Amino acid sequence: MSSGLVSVAYVVASVLFILSLGGLSHQESSRRGNLYGVAGILIALVATVASVSDSGLVAIVIAVLVGGSIGIVIANKVEMTQMPQLVALLHSFVGLAAVLVGFSGYIEPLIQTTGAEHTIKLVEVFLGVFIGAVTFTGSLIACGKLDGRIDSKALTLPGRHLMNLAALLASVLLGAWFLGTDSMALGVIALVLMTLIAAALGAHLIMAIGGADMPVVVSMLNSYSGWAAASIGFMLGNDLLIVTGALVGSSGAILSYIMCKAMNRSFISVILGGFGQTSSSSAAAGSDQTALETNIDEVCEELRNADSVIIVPGYGMAVAQAQNGVSEITKLLKARGTTVRFGIHPVAGRLPGHMNVLLAEANVSYDIVLEMDEINADFPQTDVVLVIGANDTVNPAAAEDPGSPIAGMPVLEVWKARQVVILKRGMATGYAGVENPLFFKDNSRMLFGDAKDSIDKLVGALRG
Amino acid sequence: MKIGIPKEIYADERRVAATPPSVHKLIGLGYQVTVESGAGEAAHYHDSAYEAVGATIAADTGSLWSEADFVLKVRAPMDNPALGAHEADLIREGGFLVSYIWPGQNSELLSKLAARKITTFAIDSLPRISRAQKMDALSAMANIAGYRAVVEAASHFGRFFTGQMTAAGKVPPAKVMVIGAGVAGLAAVGAANSLGAIVRAFDTRLEVKEQIESMGAEFLQLDFGDEEGSGTGGYAKQMSDEFIKAEMALFAEQAKEVDIIITTALIPGRPAPKLITADMVKSMKPGSVIVDLASERGGNCELTEPGKIVEKHDVTLIGYTDLPSRMAKVASDLYATNLFHLLSELTPEKNGQPQVNMDDDVIRGLTVVLDQDVTWPPPQPQTPVSPKAAPGTEEPSAEQKAAARKKSDRRSLISKGVLLIVTVAALYGIGAHAPDSFLRHFTVFVLACFIGYQVVWNVTPSLHTPLMSVTNAISGIIVIGAILHLAQAENIAVGIMAFVAVLIASINVGGGFRVTHRMLKMFRR
Repeated sequence: MSSGLVSVAYVVASVLFILSLGGLSHQESSRRGNLYGVAGILIALVATVASVSDSGLVAIVIAVLVGGSIGIVIANKVEMTQMPQLVALLHSFVGLAAVLVGFSGYIEPLIQTTGAEHTIKLVEVFLGVFIGAVTFTGSLIACGKLDGRIDSKALTLPGRHLMNLAALLASVLLGAWFLGTDSMALGVIALVLMTLIAAALGAHLIMAIGGADMPVVVSMLNSYSGWAAASIGFMLGNDLLIVTGALVGSSGAILSYIMCKAMNRSFISVILGGFGQTSSSSAAAGSDQTALETNIDEVCEELRNADSVIIVPGYGMAVAQAQNGVSEITKLLKARGTTVRFGIHPVAGRLPGHMNVLLAEANVSYDIVLEMDEINADFPQTDVVLVIGANDTVNPAAAEDPGSPIAGMPVLEVWKARQVVILKRGMATGYAGVENPLFFKDNSRMLFGDAKDSIDKLVGALRG
Repeated sequence: MKIGIPKEIYADERRVAATPPSVHKLIGLGYQVTVESGAGEAAHYHDSAYEAVGATIAADTGSLWSEADFVLKVRAPMDNPALGAHEADLIREGGFLVSYIWPGQNSELLSKLAARKITTFAIDSLPRISRAQKMDALSAMANIAGYRAVVEAASHFGRFFTGQMTAAGKVPPAKVMVIGAGVAGLAAVGAANSLGAIVRAFDTRLEVKEQIESMGAEFLQLDFGDEEGSGTGGYAKQMSDEFIKAEMALFAEQAKEVDIIITTALIPGRPAPKLITADMVKSMKPGSVIVDLASERGGNCELTEPGKIVEKHDVTLIGYTDLPSRMAKVASDLYATNLFHLLSELTPEKNGQPQVNMDDDVIRGLTVVLDQDVTWPPPQPQTPVSPKAAPGTEEPSAEQKAAARKKSDRRSLISKGVLLIVTVAALYGIGAHAPDSFLRHFTVFVLACFIGYQVVWNVTPSLHTPLMSVTNAISGIIVIGAILHLAQAENIAVGIMAFVAVLIASINVGGGFRVTHRMLKMFRR
């Protein structure tokens, strides 16, 4: 295939990718968007394979087919509650691929370059490998944390900021050496050393970030994987890679920004990690307070008598896998003529939009699943709010106590409803380590126990 | 240990200290429960209901008292004419008792109980702190009394509460004045308001203004300097003479205007203040109603007679002292729940053995007799109700805030400026030194970033997870770079690296698109 045709195919693929992201602006057009993406990748693949000489064709086809099938098999098997882990794992693959392609590109360049062009290319290789390595190990750690294989608490080593800084500095020095040397062997050594340092840096950065900051971390790694692809695109002089990398990179960056905004924290403070470990005790939380307990029958009665109900799910619902029961409750209440809606905080769960996916899986219509800004004004007219496994995202201290560590974070104002029922395992504080005054409000009732258990019992009680 | 629930013998007392649901929970605490036959009858709880949850029924009063180790009652122990004995003497020596005691007025009863080593918890002596709210029987009963006061007033009032415009003419709404905005007063305000009346409320404590307004009433404020009537523990205190004079003038003025007066004014440990004089009653419109919730303690109105309804100067004066008992079912439910909470505090190990922890403020306050000692009154609790700010947490002054804002404004301006300069310098450097081929790609890159920015902001937040997985899939496009390298690999190491890269990038492509598809399929209306 002529290079002209390949270029045209790449342009078409780029356009299809843009359309693919554009399709996600509405649920109706989203499936079409995904198909655009598939089409784009197929066109790009066919054009690329057709353009290369016969050598290695067999290996290429085998690798693509085997890899693709593995991916599809994994994707078919994965539970929706495991989405965060899967997404993080897939990020790590992009990172690793970027590292490998970067090395290949250095050892066996596809385009011979000289002078300034050569220097720029080396910088691109170096950057691509660096970002790729950070993404690779960082995503693996994130995946482990999300999966529970690694303690999701923030690991705070003494002097961790200095260590990160030192790693960065060492990488820059290695980069200078890498650019300066003419010997391929020395260059490879510099590249390998830098890769190791970057890998350690990536792992350490993510180790220092706690579980509930994961939405930011995953979107950030999403962004990184895009930038890694883009720098490889520069290295190869391939516009399709550059465009795609830029699209993915900016998408991840925007998501990170939205998540940070929803926590009222700066991006830098999230990345530096260690939040919630300094357990700053809020003075307002005296011991002179008890939370009132309730039971299934009372909650059932409340729900039956309510005209409008808002359900606020959090990570606890995902952990307990209670979404199907929640959906069942929604159906039972709707059948009684009760208005049921969901209020979703942007950082609920461990992935942007995590709750929406879980509720969609449980067959909850997306029409009644609302964002925080859409539903906050409706709480005063609501009879019952069911808080399922959410804590910091419904903490009134954020709005009322300027001394609180989470002050200023936008939260779902559930306490304005007539009655709030909180499903929770115990009285432990949330991720931020902040006491939640919500539990002690007069209109709050605690329903202790495993969320799935309680929800299933509620379903039974509502049926009976 | 065996809990006994006797039938109340006080005249017209219809409440009972335990209901079948509370008995069930008490058994859960490890106790055995015996209920006197017919104890719950007046509250519509029959013996069979108690038996159904595991209680035993004592056939007669004598056997109940002799069996029980821990007696739960409503009214304070009194002479039982049928048995010819005082209830305090009927309790097993060394036993336990919870009921209303009013230890301030009943010192004789206290010594009687102490003589028999009966550990006694006076539910009316509960410290008023938030932790104890779930056991606060006074508030629970006051709430009922407030509601019932309005219902009684309505049934003796010859008009609607709500104003109506009917074909047969206009009906004005009733005007209700509530004096004293404690739990009972606020409940009365709420009930009257929801019946449609125009409600005004008065209280010497300015802090309740907001609560009154939140219940839908107008707060009658005295224009009177800054004298304020908040006493210890959230109760009112005695006011100065001038204040009382001004207050009485206000009531006299209101009496001419309102149709219904509900008084709930009490000061702890004193007879009820006389707030509505005979003259004021005379000045009221014919057919008006006064409900005096303080009548048991002498009444807020000079003319009310405790326990009776009388009509004087064409005004109906309701002096019932048993309003909660007139709603025996709900009153029993709430009281029984209060007592259950108390017992669950006393029995942390759920083994049916009460432990009296005198270090606990709540238990200390409640316990008026411990073994053979009278432990009333308790040591004065601290009154930390004052909302004064802790030292060191003062709000920064306006100037400080303004200065801080200016400072941060300036800082952000500086950082923006630095960013701009760096960007310009970087762009200049690229433009001046970079080769053409790079600039072409650079242009594409920058434009693509902007397109990405525009497109992604339009993505609906509920699709953020699919967005991540689809971007994940398309970032698998890096497979193309790997393919190009694999095709031309001469070095075996490069070949292997490129092969692995193609493989894993393909996993990404396949997995990413497939899982996105799965997710999007689930989203439905």
